[in-house]
Amino acid sequence: MQLLEAQNVTKVFGSGLLGKGRMVAVDGISLAINEEKPTITAIAGESGSGKTTLARLLLGVIQPTTGSILFRGQTLSQMNRHERKEFRRQVQAIFQDPFEVYNPFYKVDQVLTTPVRKFRLAASREEAQQLIEESLRQAGLRPEETLGRYPHQLSGGQRQRIMVARALLLNPKIILADEPVSMVDASLRATILESLMKLKRELGISLVYITHDLTTAYQISENIYILYRGSVVEVGSVEKVIKDPQHPYTRLLVSSIPLPDPDIRWGSEVDIEKKAISASAAGAGLHGCKFANRCPFVMAECHVEAPPLYKTDDDRAVACYLHKQAEPISGREMALSLAG
Amino acid sequence: MTITAQTHVVNGKSIPAPEKVLEVKNLRVSYQTPRGPVRAVSGVSFFLTAGEKFGLVGESGSGKTTTALSLMRLIQAPAVIEGGEVLLGGKNLLALSEEEMREARSADIALIPQGAMNSLNPMMKVGEQLRDTVRAHINTESRSALGARILEVLDSVDLRSDVMEAYPHELSGGMKQRVCIAMGILLSPKVIIADEPTSALDVVVQRQVMETLGRVQQALGAAVLLVGHDMGLMAQFVDRVGVMYGGKLVEIGPVRDIFKEPLHPYTQLLIGSLPNLRTKEIFKGIPGLTPSLLTPPPGCMFHPRCPKALPHCAVEIPDLQEIRPGRWVSCHLYNGSNS
Amino acid sequence: MSATTLPRTASQNPGQVIWGSVRKMAAFLKTNWLFTMGISLLLALYLFGVIGAQMVDPKAADMGANKLNLSPSRENPLGTEGFGRDMFTVMVIGIPNTFKIGFLAGTVGVLLGALIGLFAGYYKGPLDTVFSSFADVMLVIPTLAILITVSAYVRVMTVELMALIVGLLAWPLPARVIRAQTLSLRERLFVEVAKLSGQNDFEIVFLQILPNLMAYLAAAFVGAVSTGILAAVGLEVLGLGPQNVPTIGRALYHAFTYSAMFRGMWWWWAPPIVTLAIIFTGLFQMSISLDKLANPRLQGSMRG
Repeated sequence: MQLLEAQNVTKVFGSGLLGKGRMVAVDGISLAINEEKPTITAIAGESGSGKTTLARLLLGVIQPTTGSILFRGQTLSQMNRHERKEFRRQVQAIFQDPFEVYNPFYKVDQVLTTPVRKFRLAASREEAQQLIEESLRQAGLRPEETLGRYPHQLSGGQRQRIMVARALLLNPKIILADEPVSMVDASLRATILESLMKLKRELGISLVYITHDLTTAYQISENIYILYRGSVVEVGSVEKVIKDPQHPYTRLLVSSIPLPDPDIRWGSEVDIEKKAISASAAGAGLHGCKFANRCPFVMAECHVEAPPLYKTDDDRAVACYLHKQAEPISGREMALSLAG
Repeated sequence: MTITAQTHVVNGKSIPAPEKVLEVKNLRVSYQTPRGPVRAVSGVSFFLTAGEKFGLVGESGSGKTTTALSLMRLIQAPAVIEGGEVLLGGKNLLALSEEEMREARSADIALIPQGAMNSLNPMMKVGEQLRDTVRAHINTESRSALGARILEVLDSVDLRSDVMEAYPHELSGGMKQRVCIAMGILLSPKVIIADEPTSALDVVVQRQVMETLGRVQQALGAAVLLVGHDMGLMAQFVDRVGVMYGGKLVEIGPVRDIFKEPLHPYTQLLIGSLPNLRTKEIFKGIPGLTPSLLTPPPGCMFHPRCPKALPHCAVEIPDLQEIRPGRWVSCHLYNGSNS
Repeated sequence: MSATTLPRTASQNPGQVIWGSVRKMAAFLKTNWLFTMGISLLLALYLFGVIGAQMVDPKAADMGANKLNLSPSRENPLGTEGFGRDMFTVMVIGIPNTFKIGFLAGTVGVLLGALIGLFAGYYKGPLDTVFSSFADVMLVIPTLAILITVSAYVRVMTVELMALIVGLLAWPLPARVIRAQTLSLRERLFVEVAKLSGQNDFEIVFLQILPNLMAYLAAAFVGAVSTGILAAVGLEVLGLGPQNVPTIGRALYHAFTYSAMFRGMWWWWAPPIVTLAIIFTGLFQMSISLDKLANPRLQGSMRG
């Protein structure tokens, strides 16, 4: 049974006829998370890739234009209030900005007491207090140093860890973490990532890790979806996709990572486009592969129609005609195959 | 503290010291708050040689941005430069008059500020802003010479000349950043300070921008002070690294040495916490919290979190000392003064 | 500079919270001297009225209660006017009445305006379009004209009724301000977090958004009170105000109608005018001072 599933979802923003003001943020993406197998799945891409929009679709905060989001086999848009509440209880999020997530009018406690109250996680005040303090400790914080304070009185790292504590408190089935460590200091990143991995190890919570940082994605996830301008260009086990990238865009991404090793400096295998006015506007055709105009391996057929996903390994697929000798597979089938 | 520059180490080889184009001596900056002074920068000393790329790295609260802004004398109340010297080509920037400093800015020392892309005037075309930068300094140049210089600079950052007619919002993040680099190098400064120039950019664009910066810097023969928190970026770009913690420099050295053999415990923990693509293991973070700059701990700023702290560390603040040619550390483990 | 942990401050003790708020208010008054001056003026005037009212016999303000046209003396500190009303009594009773009208009108206006603004801004859509257009239209129509028309139809105008009518016309401006702020606040991340925590729309509007609008509500309140007093006095001066109690505007109405100025009876026309001048100066000072605050101000500035 798939816990959370995106079936060929598309999200279009703005109105107007084709072209004018119409922006396709997510273009036919499928993704699946299995209930029985807690996993950490990464959704990686740069800005404009659609990863944040996909996250919001999965959270049910926005509705897809076409396609559906399913929770335990049930379409979100067809849920009644009770089912919606259950969904809300089981699918939670950790956000990027450790400051904006707090209402500056209230002490940080509010962000912990509110879900306890609304989801009836405790029977009494004392029980609630205990639950909150325990989850703070599990997130590596001391309750006496964090509770009762206003957001501006705590550091960014502490604030983010409170959010992790909140996730622990709720003990959902899935957490969507949208760039949880990008605004946190380097020395604290490892700690927070470790606590996220602990969530999966000890509580069996699946994690969807949305990021632009391939290194941390490699560190903590098992599977990864590489997004480019709303489409999945490569998907599979993180070991294969990152260590042996096949799609030209993935290769460009991986080679641009600033590795903290002065002996392994940026490669130059992929030509960097020069003098482009704007990568996204540079004559992107209506059909055809979205990466065609930046791809050093572009062929004629790339401009005609966007390539399907080709399953080049048991646990990996690439959307690129360079690998067209492999078996084509639909996004949905690949997602289900990965989820197991 | 003692800086000796008899020899300078580049790529592991000792060579006679090249010209020091920028020298910072004992810089002290603090913020006046109602609760008392917050010592953002307490006694920072380092130097840059001509044409070198120096990375000033530290986490938030380490004082790196304050240092960078102080070098340009762009610090505003409640921050105050309390002391020290900033020698650029012999003259002390901190002692110049406001007028002289304004001339020095951009012409001798330029800044590409944090979030530079957002500091472009949205109401003016790019070309106009570039011209403004030059006009403020060179008023003897003819119109055409000005124009030629601008086009030359745009070309060196890989931007087409039609960018001149565009408004900032029409450009992508990477392009805006390259415009800022162009503005920085227009007057051929000897020192370029880049304060987190790529923090809002994607990894591919970041690489393009950094490689552009490296190219123009080399062509100009200018020194670059790269301020940031991304150790990976430092590893890819700079020649030497200075690590800041709690308003002080704790370690300076060539980039390879720092990564292969970090000496200061903070540097060791910092490098140890960095993820890489070799193994899937998560490395440990640094426990504890960043120090309060309002009420700093006694002795060494790092000792409360230091796994190798000695009793002496809580008593005496260690000096930044050159324990090997080209290697400076501020730690009692190395300066032999632990009693 | 980034945030560093400060020594333990906020505790859960309610006494400390109240004392903290009092200290914050005191600090506010100390730094915003214009506001302090304004509110002191108004407070002084109000107290003059309230205390003075204890010292006089309200019947002295009735027609024919005293000898006519007496200049100020020991028995009548502000003299008597053309109908025998003791001016001092008229003032000390009229001042609190004027404040009362303004206060009530301001409250009605702000409450109504805030509610409309909050829900229009939060839900957007057709509800918002309707109310916004309505508010925009009302802002354009001269309210005095409406008030005069409405008042003319009312048989007996009391203080409360006047406050209600004036208040009902004062809602558009607060509504606009609150709506604008709500439109922006509803997009903030903490609202999304609250939704994920299970809070429903009402709780979001009143518990998440509203608390962050306190400064705007305060400014809108001062504005609405000013509008209220102005409109009330305006009607009173035209003779359309409450007839059963003395008000400042009505005193002025009588003074004009019965040519107090030409008769040299300065004690008849000067007190109301001076009082009005003081009231409006005070309100003006408070309102410009609050305007400065209501602008984007980083709440909790240290970002890590």
